[in-house]
Parts: sequence; C-alpha cells; structure tokens
Amino acid sequence: MPWNGHREITLQVNKADGNFSSAFCVLFRLNALRKFTGKKEYRTGEVPGENMTDPITWIANWLETILEGIGLPVGIMVLILTVLGVLIVVIFVLAIDIFLVWMERKVVARFQDRLGPNRVGPYGLIQPIADVIKLIIKEDTTPKGADVLIYNIAPVIALASVLIIWAVIPFTPTLVGAEVNIGVLFIVAFGGIGTLAIIMAGWSSNNKYALLGAFRTVAQVISYEIPMVIALLIPVIFAGTMSIQGIVNSQELWNIVIAPVAAAILLVSSIAEIGRTPFDLLEAESEIVAGFHIEYSGMKFGLFYAGELLHALTIGALFSTLFLGGWRGPFVEQIPVLGIFYLFGKAFLVYFLIMWIRYSLPRIRIDHMLNFNWKFLTPLALIALMVTAILDKLLTDFSNITYAVIMLVVNLVLIWAVIMVLRIYASGERKKVGELKPTANADAVLSTFGKDVSSAQETSGAST
Amino acid sequence: MGAEVRKTMIPISWFLIFAAALFSIGLFGVLSRKNAILILMGIELMLNAVNINLIAFWRYRDSLDISGQAFAVMVFAVAAAEVAVGLAIFISVYRRRGTISADEIDLLKW
Amino acid sequence: MSFEQVVFILVAAGTLGAALLVVTTRNLIHAALWLIAALFGVAILFVFLNAGFFGVVQIVIYIGAIAILMIFAIMLTRQISSEKSARFNKNWLWAFFISIIFFAGIAYILSLWPEFGTTKPILSAEIDPVKQLGVALVSPQAYLLAFELASVLLLAALIGAVIIAWEQR
Repeated sequence: MPWNGHREITLQVNKADGNFSSAFCVLFRLNALRKFTGKKEYRTGEVPGENMTDPITWIANWLETILEGIGLPVGIMVLILTVLGVLIVVIFVLAIDIFLVWMERKVVARFQDRLGPNRVGPYGLIQPIADVIKLIIKEDTTPKGADVLIYNIAPVIALASVLIIWAVIPFTPTLVGAEVNIGVLFIVAFGGIGTLAIIMAGWSSNNKYALLGAFRTVAQVISYEIPMVIALLIPVIFAGTMSIQGIVNSQELWNIVIAPVAAAILLVSSIAEIGRTPFDLLEAESEIVAGFHIEYSGMKFGLFYAGELLHALTIGALFSTLFLGGWRGPFVEQIPVLGIFYLFGKAFLVYFLIMWIRYSLPRIRIDHMLNFNWKFLTPLALIALMVTAILDKLLTDFSNITYAVIMLVVNLVLIWAVIMVLRIYASGERKKVGELKPTANADAVLSTFGKDVSSAQETSGAST
Repeated sequence: MGAEVRKTMIPISWFLIFAAALFSIGLFGVLSRKNAILILMGIELMLNAVNINLIAFWRYRDSLDISGQAFAVMVFAVAAAEVAVGLAIFISVYRRRGTISADEIDLLKW
Repeated sequence: MSFEQVVFILVAAGTLGAALLVVTTRNLIHAALWLIAALFGVAILFVFLNAGFFGVVQIVIYIGAIAILMIFAIMLTRQISSEKSARFNKNWLWAFFISIIFFAGIAYILSLWPEFGTTKPILSAEIDPVKQLGVALVSPQAYLLAFELASVLLLAALIGAVIIAWEQR
C-alpha cells in the first residue's frame, strides 16, 4: 500500500495511551521526549517550533516554559494548556461559522441571479453580525407543555456534536487537536450524537409536526450513515490506520484519484446526513413547516442553523482531509503553517460544491430517498469496499504508480458497470410506464368534432 | 508524561466495585420495574457492567492477550441483537394487548 | 489524590447516579436520556482503561443505535395512563434487598482475591491493541468462528425484528 514509511513521532508517543489530549499537550510530549531521549527523527527534518515557520508550536513551547517557570505541578499545567488549546480551536471554528452565513447568502443570491446582502458593510460582510444581533434580541419562547430541560439542551448538543469533530481534523503536519488512533471511528460516533439532538428537539417541543419531522430526519440520517461509514473505510484501507493524521500522511497521491467511487459515495451520503437539498425534506417549509425546529426561536434556532452550516463545512473539511490530501500542498514541509490555508481552501471548495448542488436540484421524495440509499448506495458502497480490499491485497508488492493506475482503472470500470445497470433499469421502468403520450394539439381535437368550425374552435380554444 | 513512567494509582478494585454496583443497579431495575422497556434498560446496564469488567481484567492482567477484548466485542454484538429483537417483540405485543406493562401481560393467549 | 483518581471518581459517581435515575424515574423518555448519560460515562471509563476503541464503539453502538431504538420504541408504545400508574411492581422491596445483598456479596468475594489491589501495569508501546484485535478477529486460530457466528446472529436478529414487527393486515 502506498505508505511512504515516515514515522510520525506523535503517533508513536500516543499510541500506547489512546488518551485524548490537545495540540499543546501533544507538543509538550514531543518536547519532553526530545529532552529525555534525544530523538530527532521528525517529519519536517528539524525540531518543530524552533522558528516562526510553525508559529503555533512556537507559542505552545513558549507558554510551556513560562508555566514551568512559575512552578505549577505538571498536571495543572497540562490541564491549562489543554483547555487553552480547546478554546482556541472552538473560537476559530465558530468565527468561521459566522463567515459561512455571509458566504451562504451571497452564493445563493448569485446562483439565483441577484445580488444578495450588500447594504450592511462593504459587500454585506457585517450582515451575519446583524443577523446574530437580531436572533439574540428575539423573544425566547418555550411552548407550553414542553420538557424544559431537554428543550434547552437539544440545540446545544446539536452544535456540540459538530464542533467535537474538529478535534480530530489535522490542521498542519504538527497541529492536531487529539491524536487518536481511531479518528475515523470517532467521527462516525459523534455524527450519531447529532441524531440524538434531533430526537430531543422533536419530542420536547410538544408538537406533532416537530415529532413527525424528527422521525423523518432520524430515519434519513441513520439510513445514510451506512454508506458513509463504508465509504470512510476505503481511505483506511489505503493508509493502514484509522488515525486521520496517518491517512493524510499516506496521501502522496490524493485518494480521490485512486478511489473516485468512494469519494462520490461519501459526498452524496454526507449531503444526506446534513439534511441539505436535494435531501432536505426534513425542513421542507412547504410540507411540514420547518420540521423538528418549529418551536425554536431566537438564539436557539440560531444554534441549529449555525450547527447546520458548520456541519456542511465540517463535511467539506473531512472530505478534503480524507480524499483531497488535507493540509498537503506545495512547501508545507518547510512552512507547516501553510497547511491551515490549504486545508481551509479545499474545505471551502467542497462547501461551494455542496452549495452548488443545493441550489440547482429539486427536493426528492422520502420514498425515493430511502430507495436510493438501500437499493443503490449501500450495495455500491459494499461492492466498492470489497473490490478495493481485494485489490489492495493483490497489489501490495507493486509500485505506487502501478497501484494507482490499476485502482483508477478498476474504479472507472465500476462506474461504467453502474451506468450500464442503471440504463437497463431505466429502460425497464420506461416500458412499465408505457410510451410517452402525445400532448393535445388542435388538429386532433378539431377532427373529432367535424361540426360547425367556430363552435369547435371555441371549445378547442377553451380546452387547449 | 511521554517516556516517563505513568504513575497511575487506580487499583483494579475501583473498577470492579464500580462494575458490581452498576450490575446491581441494573438488577434492581430488571426486578422491580413494570414497563418492559425499562426492564430492557436494566439489562443494558448489566451488560455494560460486564464489559467494564472484561476490559479492566484485560488491562490490568495481561494486555498482550487479546481474548478479553474479543469477548467484549461479542458482548456488544449480542446486546445489540437482543435489544433489536426485544423491542420488536414489545411493539408487537403492544399492538395486540394495548399495554406493555409486565404486570398486565400475565396470561397466555386469551 | 492524583488528578486521574479525582476524574475517575467523578465519572464513576456520575454514571452510577445516572443509572439510579434510570431505574427510578417516572417519565420514560427521561429514563432513556439518563441511560444515554450512563452509557457515555461507561465510554469515558473505557478510555481510562486505554481501550479507546471500545469507548468509541460504545458510543456508536449503544448511544447511536440502541438508545435511539429504545426512544423510538418508547414513543411507539406510549400509554396515556403511564404517567400516573406506579413505577414499581409489588415486589420492589425484595428487589432492593436482593440487589444490595448481591452487591455486597460480590464485593466481599472480590476482596478475597489476593491481587485485588494491583495497579496498572505499563502498556508496551509497540503493540497496537486495535490492530491486535483486528488480527485476532479474522485469524482462524483465534476468534474467526466467533466473529462469523456473531455476524450470523446479527443477521438473524435483523430478519427476526423486521418480521416480528411487521404489521399483519
């Protein structure tokens, strides 16, 4: 398998523990290891944090020396640095979330051939802040008969379950929130917690439409988790590890080149997971009056809305980490900080693609959606997984280029086979429905009448 | 931290006592609640206590012998299968008898 | 009291408290949510035991699937009178005594075990428990048969659940 054999020192140190720690804690351990063992085999070829090419690590080391100088016990120092790391990641991600509101509205406007918000600030950049202020000063209602504790906790859990995924996404070669060796499974787990928040919201609103919307949402989300998990396994096969930093490290060649089928399945099922069009009957305003968050107003609704947008960006970041190479790009070995820009550039590109799909396609019905999942996506994902696993075993001794070419060719053959099967299915469906009936035209109607032309013309004029 | 020796001072007794307590709470739930779904929740608590025991013994005794973890995986699978079938049975019973309280379902086919 | 011990005591106390609330609360949905809190506490304890894989699998299977299934089942089998009827059946006092005696008995028997107070040995850094588990589950000398039987069991449960809950019209 195409693994270039570099050893990440962070993987080695933390493999034995499996405990969660923040970026600063990981880097603290790096330094401790260096002091105690003198090992110097780092990926960048030099000690991280020595100069300003890696400013975050440099700041972490500096803080650590200051806190050590004060004389705190080691446990408290680790705790402070961990909490600081968590706060910084959360604030950074939420700040980008605010920017996403602006981006969403501008892009949808441009797709619909209009301008979008441009009054408030230059190019409408202050618009999201105006939105947030509006949401905060709205009245915070609680419906009568609602379960107050659950009603208030549900939006918090919905946003938290998206934020926690950012803990395992690597920003640069040396900066990752929590280096767990089971990162992919972590993402699957906390995607499932979002479902819980939806049920809590739907049930505690004491409203039939909310409950119905919650049921439909949960049915959709847990159905589409299955092809998503199977598609997530394919980069794991390529990298040989479930740790996300490991998967990024093994992508000398981006995974989308050697597994386009898996990338497509992941994209489609992730769009269904987050409830965006064409899968957005969960909040179909025309059908079930906004679904499970009907009764939420003010900032609680704001939390749901921000959580949904952030989920879309998180899917973008995840897709670009697993299939588009994550923080990889030119010169990222020497200047690790560039990794953040590459990662977010790719994430915004995928987010733009998700928005593009959203604003071009109509909504699909729930039975079509479930059929699409169980009768098409899941078998396709399973076949892709089996083919990839078998080929990976058969081709272990070959060189990287041969491996990549054979994988790509097999994927294209699979896509061709799928299109052939769909064609056969579609022609079968067409035969069932019958030939296209001709639309009405004036001559056919007139010839059936054959009476006085003016009255026939009037009737035909009225009927066409 | 790191290459130093981790001075963890949690003896295995804490985990075992915790698992025993969780198991007895689950046992109380199974024996004393009326609603069948709550009985199932008690069973889930007991299975979780068993899992904690298995993994604690794996960690504290011989972490190279993977059979503790393999057993725990089987317990997960069995618990999931049992909950699925159990809840299907409860829903079916609810449709026929209109109740799911273990006190009231005490006669065979009436 | 080291930091780790404090965190363990807090998590364990929280889990046991949530479990107690599961078996004593009147409202069914609240019981399901307290069950989720208890399962989450158990997942945290798995991470304490350096079995991070099991912690995450616990969240995926128990919280992401089993607990949600239970919530659905509660919603589908609601009885109007369940809020007012008694929580416990008529034998609850006996159940209470049996639980206490059981817990005391197990704790006593375990304390007779000579290695009851062992502390955690150091894990060697070369082995990766996840990889070991994966290899053990698919190697014929290890647990392949159990693995395949578990998958057949899950298939049987899937088919059985669908058929039992099928509405006969």
